[in-house]
Amino acid sequence: MDPTFPITLTVNGTEMVREVPVRQTLADFLRQTLGLTATHVGCEHGVCGACTVRIDGRIARACLTFAIQCDGAAIETLEGMAESGKIADLQQAFHRRNALQCGFCTSGMLVTAAQLLEENPRPSREEIREIISGNYCRCTGYHAIVDAVEETAEARAKSEPEGAR
Amino acid sequence: MSAEGKAIRPAATGYIGQPVPRPNARRLLEGRGRYTDDMVLNRMLHVAFVRSPYAHARILAIDTEAARAVPGVAAVVTGRDIAEICQPWVGVLGHFPGLKSAPQYPLAVERSCWQGEPVVAIAAETRAIAEDACEKVLVEWEELPAVVDMQTALAPETPVIHEELGDNLAFGLELKAGSPEDAFAKTAVVVEETFSFGRHTGVTLEPRSLIADFEPGERRLTVHHATQTPYQMQDVYARHFGLDEEKVRVVAPDVGGSFGLKLHVYGEEMATCALSILLGRPVKFVADRLESFLTDIHARDHQVRARMAVSAEGEILAMDVEDVTGIGPYSVYPRTSAVEGNQAIRLMGGPYRMPNYHGVLKVVFQNKTPTCQYRAVGHPIACGVTEGLVDMAARRLNLDPLEIRRRNVVTAEMYPHTSPTGYFFERLSHEECIAKIEAMMNYSSLREEQARLREQGIYRGIGFATFIEITNPGPAFYGVGGARVSSQDGCVMKLEPSGRVRCSVSVTEQGQGTETVMAQIAATHLGVKLDSVTVLTGDTQATPYGGATWASRGAGIGGMTVLRAAQALRGKLLELAGIILQRGPETLDLREGVIVEADTGMARMDLAELGRIAYFRPDTLPPDFHPDLTVARHYVPQGLPFAFTNGIQASHLELDPETGLVRLLDHWVVEDCGTILNPLLVDEQVRGGVVQGLGAALFEECLYNEAGQMINGSLADYLLPMASEMPDIHVDHVSTPTQFTPLGAKGVGEAGTAGAAAAVMNAVNDALAPFQVSLAQMPFTPERILRALGKIPSS
Ligand code: FES
Ligand code: FES
Repeated sequence: MDPTFPITLTVNGTEMVREVPVRQTLADFLRQTLGLTATHVGCEHGVCGACTVRIDGRIARACLTFAIQCDGAAIETLEGMAESGKIADLQQAFHRRNALQCGFCTSGMLVTAAQLLEENPRPSREEIREIISGNYCRCTGYHAIVDAVEETAEARAKSEPEGAR
Repeated sequence: MSAEGKAIRPAATGYIGQPVPRPNARRLLEGRGRYTDDMVLNRMLHVAFVRSPYAHARILAIDTEAARAVPGVAAVVTGRDIAEICQPWVGVLGHFPGLKSAPQYPLAVERSCWQGEPVVAIAAETRAIAEDACEKVLVEWEELPAVVDMQTALAPETPVIHEELGDNLAFGLELKAGSPEDAFAKTAVVVEETFSFGRHTGVTLEPRSLIADFEPGERRLTVHHATQTPYQMQDVYARHFGLDEEKVRVVAPDVGGSFGLKLHVYGEEMATCALSILLGRPVKFVADRLESFLTDIHARDHQVRARMAVSAEGEILAMDVEDVTGIGPYSVYPRTSAVEGNQAIRLMGGPYRMPNYHGVLKVVFQNKTPTCQYRAVGHPIACGVTEGLVDMAARRLNLDPLEIRRRNVVTAEMYPHTSPTGYFFERLSHEECIAKIEAMMNYSSLREEQARLREQGIYRGIGFATFIEITNPGPAFYGVGGARVSSQDGCVMKLEPSGRVRCSVSVTEQGQGTETVMAQIAATHLGVKLDSVTVLTGDTQATPYGGATWASRGAGIGGMTVLRAAQALRGKLLELAGIILQRGPETLDLREGVIVEADTGMARMDLAELGRIAYFRPDTLPPDFHPDLTVARHYVPQGLPFAFTNGIQASHLELDPETGLVRLLDHWVVEDCGTILNPLLVDEQVRGGVVQGLGAALFEECLYNEAGQMINGSLADYLLPMASEMPDIHVDHVSTPTQFTPLGAKGVGEAGTAGAAAAVMNAVNDALAPFQVSLAQMPFTPERILRALGKIPSS
């Protein structure tokens, strides 16, 4: 049996203390210990992006991070972002545009796209493609995802008065 | 509550053809999908496998003692242990005469025949413990010579993988039509090439997963399974474990992509069920990505020597092909691994009037991962060979590539038409598709731009691929060959007391939008609002028996069961309403969920009121009237063995002769799937399919060394198309509904994959034309391009 260590961390705004086995990844911790199954596991070697979450505000691979490394960290998963309502427009654009099929890549895709739009509110199609290149999608061919992100950026720009940023 | 008083007009086409977004996608966007690995059952165990490190080796001894001693391990089983409760299987079909394969067991018994074949299964409290215990299993191996190269698989000096089969030929076929020898002897131009299609694999983002849950008291097996075909798996589990069929329940929860990969019988799945049966506890298996690369079916791996005879006017007179394909050590159960080759040589030249044909197929065994049906089975091979030769002929005759296609496609007045290999085409629309794509891509100005840029040393290429696609397969596909794979489907439709409608259907959903399309058809033909229909799929216990989803059959065949059920339920509801309202049912209609007077559209009562009376106050109905508020209907595909679709694709790319890199600039598709049930979903099926074809053209290849070891079995080494490398994909349609069903819909799932790689090949060779070189080996990697250009030495 693996030795365990206690960690204190914040997940989707809730502070918690948990005992974690030393070799448990953050992805397994979220999925198995907390039941937060929006974070998917597609490769466990850091390539596919299905496990993308935010750690202290930055997107990261939950499969390449050990849970014990997250002592003191603030983790945000798609569940938290969705419940906060702050990406509702992005989710709706994905829905309208059918930018998902099986949905397995979708959590990671939304987390990545949300971060992109925070950092670069008016990305070009090429910039969108570049940023989401760390997230594989086997179903959609990406075109619709690019459309949905682009549409969200445009709508946000319109709703924000000029110079408000 | 009553709806009396307002008038409702009849709907023209209802929801058919509307770009309705998928209601079930909302859940996935909230992260509330429920995939197999998201599920946890009480006392559930996890399984891990010891696998063969060799491509071919004899098992001399297995020592599992140390593994059994690991705390948390519940069971360690070998091939022999499982063989006692599981019948082996042989992947052959009666309508492929001569097709042979050897008995296959969940875990290798005496020999392993490919690297990665499972040998020992360990069930433990966690996957980590199971993996730790796997490390402690000692297998004594005797390595055997491996058959790696499919070209020498049949050579006399090559060892035979299954001695009892006599040789390494799994299946052979020769087709002949007209007199190809004459055509080749007399013709003006013969073009000739050897095309190679790399071995690749499906890479569903969700790996193969299942939880087997056996209840020993009643001998009930429930399998939560990421599968496309729950009924086929119910049949397999029942027969091979000797269980009563109705006590086997297969439930497909959300499935994270399938593409043909999740309908085959895999040893790991069978071993997981066996462990659950042996232990009486739920057992979960989720493949990790490295296991997926070694054990998910692979696909393609064809080498085709091909030539085409063309007249001086550019008329295609004959093709002669020899396709050799390696399928691994076994023909995969139950659909067999002969189907891809069979379709490849039958689809050759399919879009064209070509009168003469000779095709030879050799399907050979080798010690690599088994190959089997993956999206667009055989189509990219036939399309690549045919379209590659057409472009070679055009170049030789100095004809424009669109022009030579225009001169050769089967034209409108020729339908119905039968191809030289016996395929029957009801009505295809090649001419319309060619005209449409030419305008859509602004072809002539693209050519002008290409010429201009070439002068500046920029090498762009434009490539076309005309294609046909097999959809809506009937019993001719598997059933006639003895496979228990259903070609019919079924639907149960029920009025809820609230007036809402529940529709359970045997076709399944893996994200393509099956449930949405079924709801559109139900709402349209029943006469209710779309949001009052809920569709249930993927549970053998709660839905009628059917073939489910494969070979682009969901919408066309599943849709017909729903249409038939909706019409039947509508009749029952009008009959009931007629009795309540005391008028003839023919004077009534059901529109937007309201019973109206047919002539005036005047609303009389809504379905909630009808439901209330029928379910809770049947005492107010005449004696001995028993309203049927649930109906079941099935549908068997009629008339044709399959419904062909067609289309054309074009690729525009830029090739850097210094680095060998190809940048995809644009991709266009015009396709004809008959009636378009939901354009939003159809276009995304096409785009997703195209990108899988682009992957085959440029990136994806399972690489093996001489010992039969796969050397790029991780996502870091096996290249998948990424967003930044993919172009925008422009999609348009021609619509030629099939007359064989009132729905008129044909399939669309494989159109994109069928033609994309061929279009890229032709575009690459168009870009390379100034250098007088061309390529015919997919994928077109920078290395292969630089070798062709002589920039690096050829290997
Ligand atoms: S699962 Fe983490 S990147 Fe694939
Ligand atoms: S929607 Fe299936 S992988 Fe992206």
